[in-house]
Amino acid sequence: GWRAEGRLQSPAQVHSLSLRLLYLYFHGKDNFWFFSFMQGSKLEVPLWLAKGLHDSKRRIISVELPKIYKEAWRTVFSADANVVDLHKMGPYYYGFGSQLLNFDNPENPEIAQTILQTFISRFRRIMDSSQNAYNEDTSALVARLDELERALFRAGQKGLNDFQCWEKGQASQITASSLVQNYGKRKFTDVDC
Amino acid sequence: YVYRTSHICPVLQAEGLRQALEEMRTLYDRNQADVSEAKSGRTDLIFLIRFRHCCLLRNQRCILAYLYDRLLRIRALRWEYGSVLPNTIQFHMSAEEVEWFSRYKKSLATYMRSVGGEEGLDLTQDIKPPKSLYIEVRCLRDYGEFEIDDGTTILLKKNSQHFLPRWKCEQLIRQGVLEHILS
Repeated sequence: GWRAEGRLQSPAQVHSLSLRLLYLYFHGKDNFWFFSFMQGSKLEVPLWLAKGLHDSKRRIISVELPKIYKEAWRTVFSADANVVDLHKMGPYYYGFGSQLLNFDNPENPEIAQTILQTFISRFRRIMDSSQNAYNEDTSALVARLDELERALFRAGQKGLNDFQCWEKGQASQITASSLVQNYGKRKFTDVDC
Repeated sequence: YVYRTSHICPVLQAEGLRQALEEMRTLYDRNQADVSEAKSGRTDLIFLIRFRHCCLLRNQRCILAYLYDRLLRIRALRWEYGSVLPNTIQFHMSAEEVEWFSRYKKSLATYMRSVGGEEGLDLTQDIKPPKSLYIEVRCLRDYGEFEIDDGTTILLKKNSQHFLPRWKCEQLIRQGVLEHILS
């Protein structure tokens, strides 16, 4: 949980839950920020807090884009999105990027466009590799994928495995519940709920 | 409705939940106090109130996501394992979750009785399309006597193999007593 009372944690202590941290500039009018941050202070906070504090009318905070969504990187993406290591850069490039659009940044249309085009250029390779890698070590294939892409890869693999299973005539085989497989040889005493 | 990832239901993090809820209570109480102050002129408190509110919503989202995820896993257990859960799993569930499972079971049973004519229809059977009425099974552990439809009983001993009606075996296979052998 977020230790709300007391002092704001220093950026190093902020619990980020693998969400990217944002840089915030605090603008105030006549108030003083209860953390005693002066106007113009720079802070890193989790995305959910930035979203909650953001207000289009009253400018409490402004959000600086993480570098991967800025113009320089956007150019790299448009040149060839396939070479980028989205796991290292993310690992939630698409999800986080979509959330970034909440902050009324003037570059929003370009950001949205880049995210979309990146997905389109990378998707084909993911689909092909997930459909062709049967019973092999796929770590090299997924290493540079962000989490959304990894989920897609897994879905492709599942389809492939199910199909192979069907081809081998195993589709009608009843299997044990995963509950059983994990508990192994333990003996159960069944109790009615 | 089979939950797409692991079906295992881990122990309920009661302590974590309690702390999160306590934190919410503290935040809420302080916001209540500050709102009246803010209304009587202390507009400098508005940020603080807003901040606490963000934290409250965040805690709420996390708690709900956690509880809902558990519910989906418990529901999947009915389909994937059976209507009778082993003790070990029940110990991991809260009283409310056990109660929920029981009511879900009853709901499902009522529904299944209402479809498919007089006898109803067991939707939890034949989840995988069957190829034959009878199947070959091997017994994985000592189970004891097992009665089949025509009144005869067979002894399920570890490693014994049998040729049995599919509908009688399905549950025992899911529970790990028998293994379905393909010829």
